[in-house]
Amino acid sequence: MLDAGRPQETLLEVNNIEVIYNHVILVLKGVSLKVPKGGITALLGGNGAGKTTTLKAISNLLHSERGEVTKGTITYRGEGVADLSPAALVDKGVIQVMEGRHCFEHLTVEENLMTGAYTRKDGKGAVDADLEMVYNYFPRLKERRKSQAGYTSGGEQQMVAIGRAIMSRPETILLDEPSMGLAPQLVEEIFNIVKNLNEKEGATFLLAEQNTNVALRFAHYGYILESGRVVMDGPAADLRENPDVKEFYLGMSDEGRKSFRDVRSYRRRKRWLS
Amino acid sequence: MPEQLLFGAEVFLNGLMAGVLYALVALGFVLIYKASGIFNYAQGVMALFAALTLVGIMEGQIPFAHLINAILGTEVHHFGWHVNAFFGIIITMAVMVALAWCVQRYVFRHLVGQEPIILFMATIGLAYFMEGLGDIMWGSDIKKLDVGLPQGGSFWIEENTQWLGFGNERFYGFFLDQLDIIATGIAVVLVAALVLFSQYTKQGRAMRAVADDHQAALSVGISLNFIWVMVWSLAGFVALVAGIMWGAKSGVQFSLSLIALKALPVLMLGGFTSIPGAIVGGLIIGVGEKMFEFIVGPMVGGATENWFAYVLALVFLVFRPQGLFGEKIIERV
Repeated sequence: MLDAGRPQETLLEVNNIEVIYNHVILVLKGVSLKVPKGGITALLGGNGAGKTTTLKAISNLLHSERGEVTKGTITYRGEGVADLSPAALVDKGVIQVMEGRHCFEHLTVEENLMTGAYTRKDGKGAVDADLEMVYNYFPRLKERRKSQAGYTSGGEQQMVAIGRAIMSRPETILLDEPSMGLAPQLVEEIFNIVKNLNEKEGATFLLAEQNTNVALRFAHYGYILESGRVVMDGPAADLRENPDVKEFYLGMSDEGRKSFRDVRSYRRRKRWLS
Repeated sequence: MPEQLLFGAEVFLNGLMAGVLYALVALGFVLIYKASGIFNYAQGVMALFAALTLVGIMEGQIPFAHLINAILGTEVHHFGWHVNAFFGIIITMAVMVALAWCVQRYVFRHLVGQEPIILFMATIGLAYFMEGLGDIMWGSDIKKLDVGLPQGGSFWIEENTQWLGFGNERFYGFFLDQLDIIATGIAVVLVAALVLFSQYTKQGRAMRAVADDHQAALSVGISLNFIWVMVWSLAGFVALVAGIMWGAKSGVQFSLSLIALKALPVLMLGGFTSIPGAIVGGLIIGVGEKMFEFIVGPMVGGATENWFAYVLALVFLVFRPQGLFGEKIIERV
């Protein structure tokens, strides 16, 4: 178990990476970030900012989508991960929960969870114990263990996806957009579980999220991405108070409602971000 | 019992047996389709290739003999030894696994993430390639395959069913080919084993996971390459069994690859994604076409076996496109 309160040691380091899809589409233009052990690090930004691509570059899932890291390095515990297959990375303790849940629809909830233990070699007893643990965190899944995952609700599918990742006994979970398409109440529930997993099981999270508000409440540190670049980073508490973050991402403004005339200045002010 | 009915019963049983062979070919299709979404047009040719290889190995043929002779001006054809059926089958299986690995390594690995139609086209290419390879390696003459399975009618069944005629002088008991009976037994065992494998083992579960969502399977650390080689090997094994049965029945010849076409209606009936469906579909087609020929055939001048299966498949496509056992397309609203 780790001390979640004081994250120190850097587990994952992304150093100035550039990602190109299909040899032509430049998506990341130099992203650097650090994920400390035992922390929840949030990767924020709008659609197309490059959050998902960053996560996939780390977990090496880019290849199957014709993407490629052309510059920069990604290291996990100081070792380069560029040549590792996704399976080897899972073995090392890095697993990704993909955006849009991606459950195995025709498998039952329990079978879905068990696929997470595919790379494990520590015996049935340990896997069964972890299955029980996942059911403890997600009691709803226990009720629905025998139903086909395709017929469960969106929230349950998100739980299956996270639970499945936990079944691999990961050190670091790359969680992509857990709030997508879920009701606010469920978003809260999922994030609370993430927080619990972080505090009790010592899991390290790198979290890509559009829902800046929720993400900054639960994360320890945040990076803001815009058009493939990191434009700002800092402890989550500081980001929450930053006037620009407030205005552009949290929808709050000190100056009250703006009239259409101010749009130009809004644009100009935003320029520092890109 | 009236003669007609007895004869009908015999036709029914023989249809069942013929259906088993269709089912065996269909099974290979289902395996690959389930795990990779590829409709493997080459499945029939794989059965042919497996049978050719088995005969070649058992007879001690030198592979590529014609090519070697043409280039080196030699006159070699046989190693001069014979391998028994058991080892022949094992070596052939090794060849099929190697083939599966090559197919994955040199064809489908480069096509990951492509449209299904492109993958399908690739399997058509593969089919012709393998047909040619089989030709060059083992020659194109019709061969006899004898793996020691009993052939011909089963006298035991004939004698023990004679009483059904109730003293009818013209009824000699049911005529069932022993080979068909054995094929049925093997198919049952094969299907049971495959179902158990895919439902209750880790690799089987991984196989179904890959079938559902490649990306997600990758993300939890399942190696797609490994699973696909495994599935193609399994399909190769099923093809080998089908090849042995058909080869033993009607000789190893290149028309064997055409039985793949009969497997299509079987799949439409059973569903492309169901292992039991392939079997039941095969049986329905086998029995259906024999019974149809028997009952309706005389009224329309016969030869209904050629088209019956396809018409039945067409009817299914209209009323139940996913087949009898196919997975329902899950769509949440």
